[in-house]
Amino acid sequence: MAIRHEFFEKNAIFLLVGTLLTVAVGGIVEVIPLFTIETTVEKVQGVRPYSPLELRGRDIYVREGCYLCHSQQIRALRDEVERYGHYSLAAESMYDHPFQWGSKRIGPDLSRVGGKYSSEWHYAHMQNPQALVPESLMPKYAFLAETPLETGDIQARLRTNRMVGVPYTDDQITNASVDLFAQADPNGDPAALMKRYPKANLVAGDGRRVTELDAVVAYLQVLGTMVNFADTSTEKLQQ
Amino acid sequence: MPTKIEKDSVTGTDTTGHVWDGVRELNTPLPKWWLYTFIACIVFALGQMLLYPSVPYGVGYFHGLLGYSQRKSVDKAVAEVTALRGQSLQAIQKASFAEIQADPKLLATAMTAGRIAFAENCQPCHGAGGGGRLGYPALAAGAWIWGGKLPEIQQTLIHGIRSGDPDARDSQMPKFGVDGLLKPEQIGQIAEYVMTLYGTPVPNVDVAPGKALFAENCAACHGLNGEGKREVGAPRLASKVHLNGLSRADVVAQINNPRMGVMPAWNTRLNEATIKSLALYVHAFGGGE
Repeated sequence: MAIRHEFFEKNAIFLLVGTLLTVAVGGIVEVIPLFTIETTVEKVQGVRPYSPLELRGRDIYVREGCYLCHSQQIRALRDEVERYGHYSLAAESMYDHPFQWGSKRIGPDLSRVGGKYSSEWHYAHMQNPQALVPESLMPKYAFLAETPLETGDIQARLRTNRMVGVPYTDDQITNASVDLFAQADPNGDPAALMKRYPKANLVAGDGRRVTELDAVVAYLQVLGTMVNFADTSTEKLQQ
Repeated sequence: MPTKIEKDSVTGTDTTGHVWDGVRELNTPLPKWWLYTFIACIVFALGQMLLYPSVPYGVGYFHGLLGYSQRKSVDKAVAEVTALRGQSLQAIQKASFAEIQADPKLLATAMTAGRIAFAENCQPCHGAGGGGRLGYPALAAGAWIWGGKLPEIQQTLIHGIRSGDPDARDSQMPKFGVDGLLKPEQIGQIAEYVMTLYGTPVPNVDVAPGKALFAENCAACHGLNGEGKREVGAPRLASKVHLNGLSRADVVAQINNPRMGVMPAWNTRLNEATIKSLALYVHAFGGGE
C-alpha cells in the first residue's frame, strides 16, 4: 500500500493520469445523464417560445432577481397541487434559458400565476404591493413603470435564444419588433401577433411608450397558461 | 528517504513510513463505527437504486423494482383527499343555494371551503373580508355592479368580467374625453353633477348644465338619478361607496378615459362546488341580497 503510494508521489505523469481518471468518474456520472435530457421533456401541446415582449419581461424578471423570493416550480406534492394547480412539467420551461425554478418561497410560487389576476392588478401590485396585499413583504417596483423598455436589440435576443435551441422562426425574428409593440398596444390589431404567439396577452401600457413594467406583466400573464391540461394525464406524461 | 513502516511507541499505531526531516506520520485507522456506517450507507444507496427510479439509459431510465412514480403518487394523494371531501363536495354541488342555507352542517362546510378559497384567490383584489379597494368592488358593502343575489354572484365567479370567456359579463363605457365625444369643460360639468349624486357637491357651482349633459350622455346606463344599471354593469353613482375614487378629479379621469375592471373566469381554476361555496361566503359578508 505504502509502496504504491510512493510510486504515484514520485512519478508526476502517473500522478496526473491517476488524478484525471479519478475525477473523470465523478464527471461522467454527472454529465452522461444530460446527454439524454431530451427524453425527459414531456410531449405536450401548446408550449411555444415567448413572444418578444414576454421575453423582455423575463429578462427583467431575471435582472431584478425575482427568483430569489418566487419559485416557478409546483412540485408533485398534494399541498402544492391543491394550492397552485397542476404540477410543473419539464416541457413548460424547455424554452427558458436559464429556467427560473428557484427554491425560495418568500413570495408565492408563480408558475401558474398567468390569468389568475387581471393585468391591471399586476400593474398596481408591482408599483405598490402593500396597497393590495397589506401583509406583503415585496419591495415596490414602481420604477419599472417609469423606465422605457430597451427594444432596439430584440431581434438579436431572439436570435441568441434560437442559437441555444429555442425554435424561433425567421418570420418571428423578422417581426420581433412589430410583435413587441403590438402586444403593448391594447387598441391595435393583434391578429398577426396572436397567429405567431397564440394566447399572448395584450397589456395596457399608457399607449405612448413601452415600459419595463409592460413587459413584466406580459410575462407574468403567460406563466403556466400554455399547456392545456384538460387533454393530458399522468399516464400520457409518463416517460 | 527510507520507507519503513514502524510501530509508534506512544500510541501503538503504525506510521505511514514517510519521513520528512525526521518527522513521521501516524496512519491511524478509521474508527470502526464510522467505517461500518459508511459501508452501510453505500449498501442502502444500492438498495434504493434497485427499488426506485435511478440509472438513466440512452433512452428512458431504470424504473425501479417498486415501480414508484412521484406523479402517480400525487395523483393518488389528491384522489384520496377528494374522496374524503367527496360527500360534502357533491352535496354542495347538487344542492340548491336554498337547500344549503337550510342545512347548518352543509352551510358550515361551504363557508369553510369558501373562506379558504377566498383567501387564496379573491383577497388580493377584493381585500380581507371583501372590504374592496380603489378599483375593486367592496363586496361587503353591497356595492354590486353585476348583481348581489347568489346565482348572480355565482355567474360572475364562473365566467368572470371582461375575462375573455365567451359568457363573461362584458360592457364598455365610452371614452368620452379620449375619443372626443365631449369637450373637457363638459366633462368637468358632468363631474360636478356626479359629485352632487355622491352627496359631496362641489361648493358654489351651478350643476344645471352638468345635469342636462348627464341626462343626455350618461343616464342611459347609469340612470337618470344615478341609480345604476346592473344589466350593463353600470355602477350606482347615487351612493357613498365608489369604485374609482371620491374626488372630482377621479370622476373626470373616469369619464375622460374610463377604467374598466377585469375579473378572471374562475371555472378554469376552481371546481363547481368551490365556486358555489365562494358565492355563499361572499354573499354572507353583509352585502348579499
